[in-house]
Amino acid sequence: MYDVSTWAIIVFTSFVAFVLWMSYYFARRTKTAKGYFAAGGNIHWSVNGIAFAGDYLSAASFLGICGMIATYGYDGFLYSIGYLAGWIVALFVVAEPMKRLGKFTFTDALDSKFNSKGIQLTAALSTLVVSIFYLIPQMVGAGTLVTPLLGLSHTTGVVMVGTLVIIIVATAGMASTTYVQFLKGGLLIIFSIALVIVTLYNGLSTNPNASQHDPYHQFKTLAVDMSSGKPVPADKSYTFVSTTEAAKGLTFAKLSSQGTETWWHSTKDANGLDVLTEAYWVTNLVIPVKDSKGNLVSTLYNGIPITDSKPLQAGHIKDLKFKDQSVAELRNVSIPQFLRGIKESTIIRFLSKPVKDGDNKVTVYYQKATPGREILTPGLKFKVDAAKGATFMDKLNFASLMLALFLGTAALPHILIRYYTVATPSAARKSTIVAIAAIGFFYILTLFMGLGAMVNGVVDLTDNNMSAPLLAKSFGITLFAVISAIAFATVLGTVSGLIVAASGAVAHDLMDRFFGMKLTDHNKVRAGKVAAIVVGIMAMFLGVMFKGMNVSYLVGWAFAVAASANLPAIIMLLFWKGTTSKGIAASIVTGIVSSVGMILLSPDMFEKYGLLRSSAPIALDNPGIISIPLSFLVLVIVSLSTKKKAEQTPAKEMEFAAAN
Amino acid sequence: MGHGPSSDWSFDRASSFKTRVGIWMFLLYAIIYAGFIIVNTFDPQIMGSDIGGYNLAILYGFGLIVFALMLAFVYNATCTAAEEELNGPTPDLIKEEEETD
Repeated sequence: MYDVSTWAIIVFTSFVAFVLWMSYYFARRTKTAKGYFAAGGNIHWSVNGIAFAGDYLSAASFLGICGMIATYGYDGFLYSIGYLAGWIVALFVVAEPMKRLGKFTFTDALDSKFNSKGIQLTAALSTLVVSIFYLIPQMVGAGTLVTPLLGLSHTTGVVMVGTLVIIIVATAGMASTTYVQFLKGGLLIIFSIALVIVTLYNGLSTNPNASQHDPYHQFKTLAVDMSSGKPVPADKSYTFVSTTEAAKGLTFAKLSSQGTETWWHSTKDANGLDVLTEAYWVTNLVIPVKDSKGNLVSTLYNGIPITDSKPLQAGHIKDLKFKDQSVAELRNVSIPQFLRGIKESTIIRFLSKPVKDGDNKVTVYYQKATPGREILTPGLKFKVDAAKGATFMDKLNFASLMLALFLGTAALPHILIRYYTVATPSAARKSTIVAIAAIGFFYILTLFMGLGAMVNGVVDLTDNNMSAPLLAKSFGITLFAVISAIAFATVLGTVSGLIVAASGAVAHDLMDRFFGMKLTDHNKVRAGKVAAIVVGIMAMFLGVMFKGMNVSYLVGWAFAVAASANLPAIIMLLFWKGTTSKGIAASIVTGIVSSVGMILLSPDMFEKYGLLRSSAPIALDNPGIISIPLSFLVLVIVSLSTKKKAEQTPAKEMEFAAAN
Repeated sequence: MGHGPSSDWSFDRASSFKTRVGIWMFLLYAIIYAGFIIVNTFDPQIMGSDIGGYNLAILYGFGLIVFALMLAFVYNATCTAAEEELNGPTPDLIKEEEETD
């Protein structure tokens, strides 16, 4: 697989060790101060703002978005736009009124008004479900990171992060302090700027330097004779073996040359002539074979056991044009020149399709020449253009994703908490604005990192999550090791925060309050730690299960669940006097059940189960556009039908507070 | 995990004004964001049209990010001004209630 560099391992482990030490040091210190939140009160708003960014820019942003841009162009950038827009809802609508309720968290704020068992139970469950959904992509990201860096398998990476985090949470308590998040957030932005500068300096070329050691693979195109109905190569060193129709209009051919079989895509070139273009392929064997060290392996890369093979990295510019002139390379470009170069050129992306080859499953990664114009407009992942066959459901899926991204941020329990770590309202506001500036700036950078990866031959075709770190690797091992270490530390921080939130929901909200178990402080902490271990182990299993899925795509689901379960409750509690406790509880349950249910029945999940996409009962991959309004509707209907109980309404109390 | 209020806001006479400003700014942004979704859904070809060296998709996307930041600055300035005018430049707002447990 990937070549492992000792220097990279040293840089990586020392950075991670430093972050762990820092977490531990500050966690000890916050114990002596008056708890975590009070200690936050001393933090300057600018530091807190960058810490916000460190918290928010998790694996989804750096790994997931860049990976998706590297594969689908602009459609990945939609996540950047949506994630940032979500802060508008958090800042303008939710944060200040929530803060005025005088509570830190979603559960506390809801419950302080009603003291209802139903709310305690549903809000705790919602925190658990959202945390777990958010944990999946972080674990997948962690597994992805260690593969090229330390040469470990995905599963080892997931288990490593899970174990480290469980140790942190079980010994030090709240590990991620504001200072650690500040350091990580700041470094992530600085090194991303560095990566973008190097990418622009390196410019665009039809022959990318994917690795400092190995030249980029030159993909062959063979002229073929189709007179027999089969693509017979004109080059006699290749002999035709077979063709496979993978889908309508998509045919792969298998050729043999000097005893080696290779896969090709049967297509037409720019002049309309029949050709075969070289493909990469991964074989899943029914009967394992031995690799060079005698170990049994069941996966082959381009016919070579995975353990002996190089990773499948590819993607390049086929026809580089600038101002309508064909050029071989453009070096040291500006941002407008970079975008213009991409827009006018034709870029080779790789699409994949699984086919049967005897008893074995072969996934063929074939070249797809894509005009730069299409790469810089939406539509390569989320179909929107009816002229290109987009159906109503495709459009609904797109709108649904954008809605969930917009409304999800303000409904994430661990993001809401961050708003309360500074002393004054104006400092809280200013730190949010620093956060928006830092996060927005970073998201603009994602476009250049993603596109840079796309055209520089670095995208790992089997897992696009590593695109940005691998782009860094093509420029130098130190940059790669540092960026990977920052990303890994970010995953550690986010995962420990989420596990603390989930274990708190179990120990504090469920056991202590809902079940009235009246735990002593000591037992509550112990219950929390046991819950943290259980949640951590669950997260590890899920992280292994979802290997290879884009991290940001998975976070899109977490946003949909959060927006459906929590946002209607928060908004209506703040702005509608008629809201009742039963209405809130019903809306949370509706939100969780409808969004999670629709995700489990979606075509994407059916693919994960090994079934056909078309057999999924719901044709929508993103549930938000149905589950969010449904949750609002249920809240209103249930509140209206239970209104007689004359509960103290939150809106009245707020007016009272404002009048004083 | 118990804790007290994050800060003392009962002195803030600007709160209802700030809530109104927040909601209006949210609506303004939501309309522009919705416009992005609507153009993409109903007439995606427009997104590919050239504007200078860029296309509309890139400019609209960057625009949404930059506009969010601009609105945040305006919101902060408006809120700070309202707090100073309605509450006076007293240090009331800076009073921090300590965590209770």
